[in-house]
Amino acid sequence: MADTSTVTMRIWRGDATGGGFEEYEVEVSSGEVVLDVLHRVQATEAPDLAVRWNCKAGRCGSCSAEVDGMPRLTCMTRMSIFDPNEPITVAPMRTFPVVKDLVTDVSFNYEMAKRVPPFQPRPKPVDGYRMLQEDIERVQEFRTCIECFLCQNVCHVIRDHEENKPHFAGPRLFIRYAELEMHPLDTGDRRDLLQEQNGLGLCNITKCCSEVCPEGIHITDNAIIPLKERVVDRKYDPIAWLSRTIKARRSRRTT
Amino acid sequence: MREREAREYDVIVIGAGGAGLRAAIEAQTEGARTAVICKSLLGKAHTVMAEGGVAAALGTVYPEDNWEVHFRDTMRGGKMLNNWRMAQIHAQEAPERVLELEEWGALFDRTRDGRILQRDFGGHRYARLAHVGDRTGLEMIRILQHKAVAADIDVFMECTVVRLLKDGDRIAGALAYRRESGKFVEFRAPAVVLATGGIGKAYKVTSNSWEYTGDGHALGLWAGADLIDMECVQFHPTGMVWPPSVTGILVTEGVRGDGGILRNGSGERFMFHHISEMFRAETADTEEEADRWYTDRKAARRPPDLLPRDEVARAIVAEIKEGRGTQHGGVYLDIASRQDTDFITRRLPGMYHQFKELADVDITKEPMEVGPTCHYVMGGLKVDAQTAAATVPGLFAAGEVAAGMHGANRLGGNSLSDLLVFGRRAGRAAAEYARALGVRPEATSDQADEIARAALQPFEQRDGENPYALQQDLQDTMQELVGIIRTEDELRKALDRLAELKGRAGRVTAEGNRLYNPGWHLALDLRSLIAVSETIALAALERKESRGAQTREDYPQPDPEFAKVNIVVRMKDGEPYVDQAPLEPLPDELRAIVEAK
Repeated sequence: MADTSTVTMRIWRGDATGGGFEEYEVEVSSGEVVLDVLHRVQATEAPDLAVRWNCKAGRCGSCSAEVDGMPRLTCMTRMSIFDPNEPITVAPMRTFPVVKDLVTDVSFNYEMAKRVPPFQPRPKPVDGYRMLQEDIERVQEFRTCIECFLCQNVCHVIRDHEENKPHFAGPRLFIRYAELEMHPLDTGDRRDLLQEQNGLGLCNITKCCSEVCPEGIHITDNAIIPLKERVVDRKYDPIAWLSRTIKARRSRRTT
Repeated sequence: MREREAREYDVIVIGAGGAGLRAAIEAQTEGARTAVICKSLLGKAHTVMAEGGVAAALGTVYPEDNWEVHFRDTMRGGKMLNNWRMAQIHAQEAPERVLELEEWGALFDRTRDGRILQRDFGGHRYARLAHVGDRTGLEMIRILQHKAVAADIDVFMECTVVRLLKDGDRIAGALAYRRESGKFVEFRAPAVVLATGGIGKAYKVTSNSWEYTGDGHALGLWAGADLIDMECVQFHPTGMVWPPSVTGILVTEGVRGDGGILRNGSGERFMFHHISEMFRAETADTEEEADRWYTDRKAARRPPDLLPRDEVARAIVAEIKEGRGTQHGGVYLDIASRQDTDFITRRLPGMYHQFKELADVDITKEPMEVGPTCHYVMGGLKVDAQTAAATVPGLFAAGEVAAGMHGANRLGGNSLSDLLVFGRRAGRAAAEYARALGVRPEATSDQADEIARAALQPFEQRDGENPYALQQDLQDTMQELVGIIRTEDELRKALDRLAELKGRAGRVTAEGNRLYNPGWHLALDLRSLIAVSETIALAALERKESRGAQTREDYPQPDPEFAKVNIVVRMKDGEPYVDQAPLEPLPDELRAIVEAK
């Protein structure tokens, strides 16, 4: 069977009123991930240790935490990447209020999602919609998002700036807007809303979000920058607007 | 307990997976004041784990596909134990439900001419699964989640229902607790839709998440509903087997649909030795024919690697048992030698990632090691095919918690379509039921008090049982004694142990306070889990034959007498009671479809 060893886990324990790190000596078997070890702490030493998790396969995005300072999915973080002689620190995501231990209140993200105007498809042709694979691939990339909220957690616009939260949707929601804007069937236009109420302009493309995305979504390059271009195009760039109008007229004439 | 939070709705839906969300959207659209109650955050339900696709006879890849062929495949896959009316409705409505998702924004992978692409799966005659790579469930849940948000449905996240409330015979609501605060919420509603999924956490090796503790099965049972087919628990043939910490995690059937093959420890394609009589006529019996099928469907028969799941799981167990397994006690699933790297990473990105990250295996270069994992329960609440109504007035059930649709064995891809078809029907019927009511049922206030008191009991128990240890003992019992292959002796032994575990469950201690306390949550989940495990063991003992997922070593053949009945479990004088109920006879015109070549 698998080899076992012992490690020291420093786990943040506490609730909204405060808390601190507590150390646990835990057995680890080869092949295990951080979440396995947290479960062992629960089963043997701290039955009330609060951990949010579901699929344990990197598909649901529930078990986000900061492991040795890095935002990660604990179910996809192998224990073997850490030095077994050093304690491993596990803390809750810092950007969201703590509920208890490693569980945070992520309702901010759900509130922001409610602001997104829904999908508005163009009318369906009699023989159904047709879309080419190459035209949907970009949107499919955004749809791989598992809503782990690690991108929201590292985004410095809100990480230490509670005051920005009411008017900043954050990277997760930017790819949601991008997904709608780039959907071949969608007819909506959410650009004003993005710029004026959701703080797209506050992002200064440091790409921290893209770096932590466990799905490898190119959040900044493929969603945020193109959205910024679309917004700028329309709002502040009369030349781009004029050239597009002329093009549109020409194409209408030629068809 | 007087200041308990109380909420009033027309319809409450318990569970926010595909079935629950689809039901809630429909109920709300029908004008019912609707709430969804779910144990996790919205969008995390088990549906996100569904990989391969949603089965619907769209006919985009094979125009000869239609509802009749889909119906035939479903009935044969289910070994004819299915509620034929459900299987028929499902096959007929699945295409509409899939196209509806597209109208709501879903982006399935496309054919060259821009239509929905369909992939091959076990037991389906034609390529029939609409899919998005190997993350179809994620796409589905996200689309339904957005739709539910847009419909402004109230969602109670991280909220667990402990018991249903009743007024006489009728449903009157539910009592739940908020995981975050540990405080109770009393939901008053005449119609409840159970959409709680399955029971996988009763087993040690499972593809299911912590949520799958059979809550809906138990809530229904305790409220007086009939459960049927509980002996039919599906073990998916391909779960990960190494390293131990990932044992049971699902490896999609799409691997085989896309050309992957099974080999035993000596490299032999063993499935050719395990083709049962029922599928002999339509299954390739040489490697040459099986390989030809991928390019020539007309002249070649299907590879045995794509037989229904019960058949493949049994074959794998037999190979391992006879000493032909791999180093870690599985068999090989090989796509590396069959498809190029680009094809594999494009079609199966999730599998590539999962093996790379969790097992250090590059599936484009090496075979995977796989073995059976508890995946799905075909059994559940007995429901009416048209309305998804259970046998208690005001109670409805859809998705995995409902029974009948899949008979003794579910085909891959038929679950996601089941969720949509019967989720919608349950939501609609629940809304209609609530609307048509004269006087709303009211539960007496001491009912909720009593349930709350019992739920808090683990905090009063000092130095009692550890819930985690108890769950482990339960899982060991079910895995060893009520697993893939069953015998009367072992089942009786299981029932004795379950009785003992039930006693211990009454003495579980919850440490700490009520704030987000997983130990306490598990203590409560265990009550459902043990109740459901008992129904599985009882039903498995009663069905003295082998059929679909129910495999009895002491009764290895199907028995025509058992082909005519469902095994029923219901509560009688506080204890589960086993009965048999006749299946409704299959009409001649449908029998002709099933028996067609």
